Amino acid sequence: MKNKQERPGGLAGLAIKNLFRNPATQVHQFGEDGIQKGYRGKLLYDSTTCINCVMCMRDCPTGAITIKNLGTKEEKQMHAYLNLGRCVFCCQCVDTCPKKCLSCSSDVLLANFNRESLEIEL
Amino acid sequence: MSDREKNERNHKVVVPIGPQHPSLKEPGSFKITLDGEKVERAVVEIGYNHRGIEKACESRNYIQALYIIERVCGICSHAHTSCFCQTFEDLAGLEVPRRAHYIRGIVGELERLHSHLLWLGVASHEIGFDTLFMYTWRDRELVLDLLARIGGNRVNYGVNTYGGVRRDLEPELMEDVLHVCDLLEEKLKYYADLAMTESTLIARLKGIGVLLPEDVKKYSAVGPVARAAGIMDDIRVTEPYGVFREIAVNPVTDDHCDVYGRTLVRVKEMLEAIRLIRIMVKEIPDGPISVRPPRKLPVGEALSRVEAPRGEDIHYIRSTGADAPDRVRVRAPSEANWHGMSHMLEGFQLADVPIIIAAIDPCYSCTDRAIHLIGDGVNQLTDWAQIRALSIEQYKARGIDPGSIKIREF
Repeated sequence: MKNKQERPGGLAGLAIKNLFRNPATQVHQFGEDGIQKGYRGKLLYDSTTCINCVMCMRDCPTGAITIKNLGTKEEKQMHAYLNLGRCVFCCQCVDTCPKKCLSCSSDVLLANFNRESLEIEL
Repeated sequence: MSDREKNERNHKVVVPIGPQHPSLKEPGSFKITLDGEKVERAVVEIGYNHRGIEKACESRNYIQALYIIERVCGICSHAHTSCFCQTFEDLAGLEVPRRAHYIRGIVGELERLHSHLLWLGVASHEIGFDTLFMYTWRDRELVLDLLARIGGNRVNYGVNTYGGVRRDLEPELMEDVLHVCDLLEEKLKYYADLAMTESTLIARLKGIGVLLPEDVKKYSAVGPVARAAGIMDDIRVTEPYGVFREIAVNPVTDDHCDVYGRTLVRVKEMLEAIRLIRIMVKEIPDGPISVRPPRKLPVGEALSRVEAPRGEDIHYIRSTGADAPDRVRVRAPSEANWHGMSHMLEGFQLADVPIIIAAIDPCYSCTDRAIHLIGDGVNQLTDWAQIRALSIEQYKARGIDPGSIKIREF
């Protein structure tokens, strides 16, 4: 007599049961506090104070950040783009920015399935 | 007759270990010629992890180069940036604020703690003592969490910048540092006790991977490998830099000359690191944490040394007055320790090979550099006395008298 689990479809019951179970892993096991205060996560950008000096672009070790003015010289429309695939999260741009329009957040859930969606606008 | 035929005739076997995961999770290849179980000859082949770090630094400006230097090694990232910043500051003539020196010192000692805890775990895993591996890696998390709070990341803390540090230590953070020190000291004393009394550990580690003091000098080994042979080469003691000009480090040496000696040195160094952190947190002065660095360096070259957890770390910058370095050279401590590896392996059992390799705490990615000596290469080598004379001359030219720096004899 074969063991029940060795018979064809013996594991079907277990598989169906697993489908409706809660995930075994948790996003923040120790709550949001597990991420330390002052963590260097995704950048935050304040376009109103940016003066388009592009110092952040000059100091970025990997060339991950791009600042673009889509408006005119008089009426600025500042946009910042970040390539998450290139960014090493050193936050040198935050230190360099003379107007302090860049800052770090504790947002660390940045993984994605395709390379294109790693290029985001801040 | 080929080597293979000779070996077959003499009943010898060549066992290739690596290049994937030879004892540690990094690439390196070892060709071990065995006579029975005994290692007769060992050939070390490294260079699987060459990333062109130095060239990458030379094609970027100084600020960008700092973050590349931080990624030379994942474990001693702070030691590398400290050394690089120190070289930059030497060349630029920057006076780093005292508070910045203290913060660099605290982070450096925390890094030493986490590096040695990691090593103790890996070494105990190699000898099949997985309980200690779990214990030490659990304790290491305390230090890593602390470092993440100080710098903002668990591994590449990004604390250093030219002319000081990037982040200040808040009072409550310093209290947490002391709290973690209290927790760790208790556990480390237990590990030290374990290392000195546990008979199976002693039996496994004693007498293997021997590197005698004369061999240490011959192969220019550094760090815990040299200190385990009774040679005091701690840069914090022999040529103090930064905060260690004010706070004396108690030298830790051992005379076992083997893997057991290296274990003892590292465990004792962790206790010494905790003592140093406590003093630094207590005596940290108020004031600014950084000064504004120049974007371009004057023409010249500088070399500086820092004691990384694995040993002496040397960085060299040559500047032509531009905003990017003309030449960068990184001599990581593992690079110096590899030379004696064949000597350490020969004469011991095959089963001892993983732990002997792990005992120098090798970092393959730190090590791999391309070196091209032009000509016979002999005329370009500078001996210790010449380097020393050059450095004294260089300091005097900038109005600093090295006579005030105490150098202890051992």
